[in-house]
Amino acid sequence: MAKARAKTRTSRTKKPARPPRADGNLLLVATRKGAWLLRGDAARKEWRSDGPHFLGQIINHLMLDPRDGKTLLATASTGHLGPTIFRSTNMGKSWQESPQPPAFKKEEGGRSVKRTFWLTPAHANEPNVWYAGTSPQGLFRSEDGGVTWNEFSGLNDDSQYRAWMGTEQDGTPDGPMLHSIIIDPRDPKHLYFAMSGGGVHETRDGGKHWKPLIEGMEVVEGFDAKNVSFHDPHCVRLCPSNPDRLYQQNHCGIYRLDRPGTKWKRIGKAMPAKIGDVGFGMVLHPRDDETAWVLPMDGQTVWPRTAINGEPAIYSTANGGKSWKRLDTGLPKTQAWWTVKRQAFTADRHTPVGLYFGTTSGELWASRSEGKTWNCIARHLPEIYAVETAQV
Amino acid sequence: MPIKVLIASPLRPYTGADEVEATGATLGELLADLDTRYPGIRFRMIDEQEQIRKHMRIFINSDPVKNLSHRIAPGDEVCIVQALSGGSS
Repeated sequence: MAKARAKTRTSRTKKPARPPRADGNLLLVATRKGAWLLRGDAARKEWRSDGPHFLGQIINHLMLDPRDGKTLLATASTGHLGPTIFRSTNMGKSWQESPQPPAFKKEEGGRSVKRTFWLTPAHANEPNVWYAGTSPQGLFRSEDGGVTWNEFSGLNDDSQYRAWMGTEQDGTPDGPMLHSIIIDPRDPKHLYFAMSGGGVHETRDGGKHWKPLIEGMEVVEGFDAKNVSFHDPHCVRLCPSNPDRLYQQNHCGIYRLDRPGTKWKRIGKAMPAKIGDVGFGMVLHPRDDETAWVLPMDGQTVWPRTAINGEPAIYSTANGGKSWKRLDTGLPKTQAWWTVKRQAFTADRHTPVGLYFGTTSGELWASRSEGKTWNCIARHLPEIYAVETAQV
Repeated sequence: MPIKVLIASPLRPYTGADEVEATGATLGELLADLDTRYPGIRFRMIDEQEQIRKHMRIFINSDPVKNLSHRIAPGDEVCIVQALSGGSS
């Protein structure tokens, strides 16, 4: 694990967006016990597994930089060792460890990063900039392609935000997590992020000022919805085809927000009552802002967080959440008590769109038909934490 | 004077060996020297608040040590281990 060296980059000309090639399909799978890269053929039918990378290490997120098509970042920890970030520029043939991974500043009663939970490459015009969300909740930024990381101190040191970020006791047993870091493709200074728990937040000046965006979001019965701390967004996504539209899977339902509006609308109320609108992942169509997919989970009593009745199904909307359709062809019909985590459900950019999800029982499922039919493309993996798609 | 340091198995990818040498008058200095020789190793056992991570243990001559200011004498032996547990995940 040689010390990583920062590379000097010359300025580059921004290339126009282009549709993905028919080959070079890549799935990035992060698990409780390591990471795998799955390379797909042009038809997305056959997948070749490359892994494990970091066998035994907890990999919360594995991302390829879409701006250069070669920088891979992996967030890593183990049950015993502290958290770090590994970086590869040769598709995982070799990895270099960050000499300065995300860490809070040293202070009396200060916090320690337990895990880096979420990675987001920044705006296309900021080629080496990345953001990271951690547990305990903090926001971090790298300006050298993920080699070194610094606190986003304007947020992490803000007394109000520190209160909303809470302590370990305020989160789930795995700890509270800052996630869903979103960059407006029209403006690198316009960002969103979400906290579980602690609400959804927005800045329009690159992080100098932040404000909560929780109007319309519900909280667990008996709690005050005006209190930001009580809000538990599980996954927030911005429509690639319409940056003024966001969708959210929350602890308390599925929502949509159309900007410049500030009030979330609970579109999950249109889901079948026997299914409900609890879940973790939220997946959006790359070219149609009316189409989205969710994977409902059981949120009753002690929160089993498993497929409803052991009968997994994707639900799709093609009209912005006015109605939902069950998609389960190819999925097990019974006794499949799957849990799918918030980062483990994703889409590619092909036509038709490919959908992918990984279960905590180590199965990876794919659909080449926008969810109409499904097949298992890998099994017997460790507990899957995150699945991302990429073109190489 | 070089101090013998026994390395826990999860940290051996850094050192490439189960036993290495480092120098320092205190445990903190010794770990800083270790990090110079094997970059990144320190942060994986010591957090940003200068605390030994929850499930790591450091022994000096078989005595558990929790304070980085603990003094090290020539001939001491430092042993870095991960807490023994298992079965849950």
